[in-house]
Amino acid sequence: MNGAPSAVSGSLSVQDFSFWYGPKQALFDISLDVAPQTVTALIGPSGCGKSTFLRSINRMHDLLPGARSTGRILLDGEDLLDRGVDVVQLRQRVGMVFQRPNPFPKSIYDNVAWGPRLNRTPSRSELDDVVEHALRRAALWDEVKDRLRQSATGLSGGQQQRLCIARALANEPEVLLLDEPASALDPIATQRIEELLWELKKELTIVIVTHNLQQAGRVSDRTAFFYLGRLIEYGPTDQLFTAPREERTEAYITGRFG
Amino acid sequence: MADPSATPDFFLRTLLASPSLHGASIGDRIYRVTTTAFALSIPLLLVLLAIEVMVAAWPALRQFHFGFVTSTEWNVVDGVFGAAPAIYGTIVSSVLALLIATPLAIGVAIFLAEFAPPWLRQPVAFLVDLLAAIPSVVYGLWGVFVLVPFLREKLMPFIADRLHLGDTPLFSGPAYGPSMLAAGLILAIMVLPYISSVTREVLMAVPRSQREAALALGATRWEMIWGAVLPYASSGVMGGIILGLGRALGETMAVTMVIGNRHEISASLFSPGYTMASQIANEFAEATNDLHLSALMAVGAVLLFITLLVNMLARWLVWRVQRQERA
Repeated sequence: MNGAPSAVSGSLSVQDFSFWYGPKQALFDISLDVAPQTVTALIGPSGCGKSTFLRSINRMHDLLPGARSTGRILLDGEDLLDRGVDVVQLRQRVGMVFQRPNPFPKSIYDNVAWGPRLNRTPSRSELDDVVEHALRRAALWDEVKDRLRQSATGLSGGQQQRLCIARALANEPEVLLLDEPASALDPIATQRIEELLWELKKELTIVIVTHNLQQAGRVSDRTAFFYLGRLIEYGPTDQLFTAPREERTEAYITGRFG
Repeated sequence: MADPSATPDFFLRTLLASPSLHGASIGDRIYRVTTTAFALSIPLLLVLLAIEVMVAAWPALRQFHFGFVTSTEWNVVDGVFGAAPAIYGTIVSSVLALLIATPLAIGVAIFLAEFAPPWLRQPVAFLVDLLAAIPSVVYGLWGVFVLVPFLREKLMPFIADRLHLGDTPLFSGPAYGPSMLAAGLILAIMVLPYISSVTREVLMAVPRSQREAALALGATRWEMIWGAVLPYASSGVMGGIILGLGRALGETMAVTMVIGNRHEISASLFSPGYTMASQIANEFAEATNDLHLSALMAVGAVLLFITLLVNMLARWLVWRVQRQERA
């Protein structure tokens, strides 16, 4: 643990990033900067490349045969696509939460402790602290503190998703990527996740993919609109939703296509 | 087993009470009755078989009571029968086989499911599965002509003299060749494809989301397999192991050819032993008096009971993983 993250860590700078699945190009020359301690929403119709882009930030495509990319993605000034970058370390700095809650079929405690146990062998009490801290940050502690040893699969969908957030937070990441984290949840569970993002933003950089435009409007500081693999418009969320510069952005946010 | 549609009672009720049957054509009716009869005949056969074996075993069981499974004396001339050495040999040779085969089979399955390039996966999986198709007697011949001489001349002297384990109870005694160790090794090869193919199936059934969860937390590929994929599949893997155990317990021909067929309990893996299946195979043709026959039937009953139990446990474990996967 490196204590409270300093104001500079967790900044992302994407420069001319293109990505291919085999012969098919999925992303074209994406360039955008993400400031630390902000929430950035990626929106666009399905198949527009927003998830592909998100997954590139912690190199989840690495195992995919035929995937390749050009350009740079700088995390705190260091190109994370560089061959020399240790992917394992990268993924601890850049946590990820998926569309559907995917807890391990283990106890709540073991789920959260999974990441910290990977590289070090923390002492029992140290691990207890990490688990409690992560669950508190994910606003789940009060609901599960009496049943940490019970299976995570017994939790509700919303609780499972917050558990997955806690599991990612236990690694003390600088950046948290969320891929439509609320799409499988009911409105109340969704609201809790959104409130949580507001809290978490104070400590880390958040990039969230969402197909829900209202959600993007509620949670994000800046929004990026993707269409057919291209970044069409990127700007402060208020501006993008009220006075978009691009016609296609306007067409999308007013629901003329999707 | 918990599925109500699997009980004979359910079939009968469906057959008799189904409203659709009243309006159905005569052809449908005949078809349904015939297939139901076929479906019921299999469980019925199992029940009849179990009853038949129990009836035939009854005289021996009544005479020796519990002593039949605890006594080591098997004397055809005096009419005293205790099956303990055969029961012991069956269990020890099977467990030994599992100890050897399980790590290998899981390793093969992990390689095939996680690491093998696609062009290598199918052929290797096919060849491993093919091990299960080799006739038991061929394994036995290989055991007699290759494995047993190898054990006698190479492995047993190596363990006893080079590793200086000859004084430990597990490896003491002369190196005849035919032995519990030979039986365990040959069984290990025979059960490996069963454990390996079930393990491969359950590993491949682990959802991608579980793998991604592990990778996204900064796991290496190995940590992902060890910490997320295998635990997720663990009860299915357990089912595969127990399926292998069921196979090992009942294996007759190959074991009979290499175990040495001596009715004796010895702690040493170098000593010859006996199993329930080989005892029945060896003695049945020569059993002339009623009590001897009944004693062999009783051995069969014990074997039947143990293998049924083991197989039911295996099915249940695999079923549990599949249900978990659907949920």
